[in-house]
Amino acid sequence: MTWFLVRSAGWASLALVLTLALVTTVAVARFAPAVPVLGPADWAALRFTVGQAVLSAGLSVALAIPLARALARRRFPGRAVLVALMGAPFILPAIVAVFGLLAVWGRAGIVSQGLDILGLPPVSIYGPVGVVLAHVFFNLPLATRIILQGWLSIPQEQFRLAAMLSMTRRDVARHLERPMLRAVVPGAALVIFLLCLSSFAVALALGGGPRATTIELAIYQAVRFEFDLPKAAALAVIQVMLCLGAATLTLSVARPVDTAPGLDRVVERWDAQGGRASDATLITVAAVFLTLPLAMVVWRGVFGLFDMPPTIWRALATSLLIALPAAGLAVAMAGALAALILRMGARVPGVARGVEAAAILALAVSPFVMGTGLFLILNPWTDPFAAAIPVTVAVNAVLAMPFGLRVLLPALRDAEATQGRLGRSLGLSGWRLFRVAIWPRIRRAVGFSMGLAAALSMGDLGVITLFAPPGVETLPLAMYRLMGSYRTAGADGAALVLVAAAFALLWLFDRGGRVDDPL
Amino acid sequence: MIKHLFFAAGLTLATQAVAQDKPVLTVYTYDSFVADWGPGPAVEKAFEATCDCDLQFVAAGDGAALLSRLQLEGARSDADVLLGIDTNLTARARETGLFAPLAAQPNNLDLPVDWSDDTFVPFDWGYFAFVYDTTRMETPPTSFDALIKAEDIKVVIQDPRSSTPGLGLLMWVKTAYPDAAQTIWEGLAPRIVTVTKGWSEAYGLFLDGEADMVLSYTTSPAYHIIAEDDATKAAASFEEGHYMQIEVAAKLAATDQPELADAFLTFVTSDAFQGIIPTTNWMYPAKFPLAGLPEGFDQLITPERALILPDSEAAALRDTALAEWLAALSQ
Repeated sequence: MTWFLVRSAGWASLALVLTLALVTTVAVARFAPAVPVLGPADWAALRFTVGQAVLSAGLSVALAIPLARALARRRFPGRAVLVALMGAPFILPAIVAVFGLLAVWGRAGIVSQGLDILGLPPVSIYGPVGVVLAHVFFNLPLATRIILQGWLSIPQEQFRLAAMLSMTRRDVARHLERPMLRAVVPGAALVIFLLCLSSFAVALALGGGPRATTIELAIYQAVRFEFDLPKAAALAVIQVMLCLGAATLTLSVARPVDTAPGLDRVVERWDAQGGRASDATLITVAAVFLTLPLAMVVWRGVFGLFDMPPTIWRALATSLLIALPAAGLAVAMAGALAALILRMGARVPGVARGVEAAAILALAVSPFVMGTGLFLILNPWTDPFAAAIPVTVAVNAVLAMPFGLRVLLPALRDAEATQGRLGRSLGLSGWRLFRVAIWPRIRRAVGFSMGLAAALSMGDLGVITLFAPPGVETLPLAMYRLMGSYRTAGADGAALVLVAAAFALLWLFDRGGRVDDPL
Repeated sequence: MIKHLFFAAGLTLATQAVAQDKPVLTVYTYDSFVADWGPGPAVEKAFEATCDCDLQFVAAGDGAALLSRLQLEGARSDADVLLGIDTNLTARARETGLFAPLAAQPNNLDLPVDWSDDTFVPFDWGYFAFVYDTTRMETPPTSFDALIKAEDIKVVIQDPRSSTPGLGLLMWVKTAYPDAAQTIWEGLAPRIVTVTKGWSEAYGLFLDGEADMVLSYTTSPAYHIIAEDDATKAAASFEEGHYMQIEVAAKLAATDQPELADAFLTFVTSDAFQGIIPTTNWMYPAKFPLAGLPEGFDQLITPERALILPDSEAAALRDTALAEWLAALSQ
């Protein structure tokens, strides 16, 4: 009975994702039937988009692996705070992050000012370098968190066993760490690749010119400037195909690990006695790279707090009203899908992989196409203004769900393989099995996904721009409106409120980044 | 607590019921128009004082997005009036067939160019210009040519494919140099730090010191002078003349309030409306207020030549100009 409900919820989630991802695209394409014409500029945009996304994803993951290893095997004061803070860049609205990054790396940023004192010319990050730098800044924390979770999911007793067997570091890597990485890294890389694929504001602000044009800009142009909806739909279909291709490729590389149960204790890592200095350097450099732009956002925002109109607080309330239900829905969908994928994985692995790939489709669809499609679908039936809040909740939930799935799927797989088996052998089933055996082991992953989804939803400008009724604005929308009318100080203040609220949500649900406290 | 909520809900319903007795005029416009600090609230108050109606502004993105929104909604739209597209878009707007001719032509407009149009009425206008900081730059370039030669100057501009000022600069270069636009862009390319999605990002980058000049309006310094008491921002005057932006309003053909819509379009060029524009929208009013322009506007530069293409020509030239821009900046 319980399984029937979970399975139905899983299929329903998938249906919602496919509706938002594909039916909206079809609706956009059907609005004005015509053969779309893609020019050389569109193909150049396609090449640049894929190139920078591959580079950004590769670099983020390559840096995240040693960083996650260092964080997994070192204990130091402030570690939990650092892990929590590292979640912040990922949840920053793109434009806030860009201004934070430029305060450090820009022509008038800290680095350039330092060089100026030494009599050196300023650094210029505008161009493909800037785009990749910004994407690594955004996504390195996410990659690190996912991989760190993988490291901590290796039963810690196995490290003790390795020490007892006098295994070298290379042996530990081969027997314990590499199988885990093979299970976790492809999924992480895929999510980041897709995020960079649909990047828009970052590429435009830091790209330095039309060389760095993404498909997303071409879609924006087609929808907003030329009202060439068939072309927008054609570009959206290209994005979906890229997404499916990348998903098939990465998910076929990934191999889940066979985990044996552990006792959830933190053990000393005898294998990690060397490499202390390099770990310390790595953690310090990463911490500075990731938190300095954040500190600049806070610094600028503090002065702007007094220049904000009082309507900001109402916008904050609206954003919370959207973010919390969206997060709940996202995690429920991710949980149901994870259960469905695991259950089917045992019987029909091909279908399970298909479901897993389809579940992330929403990430590949342009928010402009999705918003426009939804508008076209809803407009004949209901007043789009009246549907603004529920539609935004649903879209934000679907957009945040893939991240939840990436975090929940390994945790659930682990819990099922270890405690689930044990619980069933003791005669537990259904709800009791879940509560006693599974829930304690996935609680952290659920908390992190909730926090991530809520924070992402807070910062999302998304579909609300098409649906917002008069007088209703979300915090990012309010911030953009301030920026658009010379009120940059007020916008900085609003950005700080936004970042603080998003971070508070992540912190609360994630219990302050205490990733490996005893359960 | 619950009781209070019910009370509040009841109150909201009651106000809506009262509001529904009056005819509602729905005006689609851009985001910054309806903001608390924008012209929207004052315009609403002033018009409602004359019409015994309920004026409702609906914000739907920037100019181009506004028009797309109306095309999406088609005949089902609740909009009675569109306020806030510029002459780069009027040709496309006319083609949609969504708009109705004006009932009455505006008269005695203060535009630097001749104006006549049977569908659109202008409500404000401005010149595009490069804005700079006088504390960081003593002698700004005086032409595109001078800007190309000033190797130590960095400018930030907007993408013509996603932003109205970006498109304005594209047309500015094309109008000033009809046959050499691509050469001008190739010369400008090394001066350009980056190309942003919209005006906000570009202006923010300029204020942060990322660029020495930003593409904006000759009226931008007025904001800093009047609202911030800061006289350090100025616009550079270019010998070629400055391209104009004229913002217009029009009546939707499918409106269910044709008389009110006509009344509003007449109100748009009245003193009550025009007096609100300068210090809320930071543009020149289409008809200067009887009281004159606010203090601070006298410190702005006045271009010697106003450049603008008729809307049909602008639409015809756009694709060529964009291709030249792309080719020059993609190298």
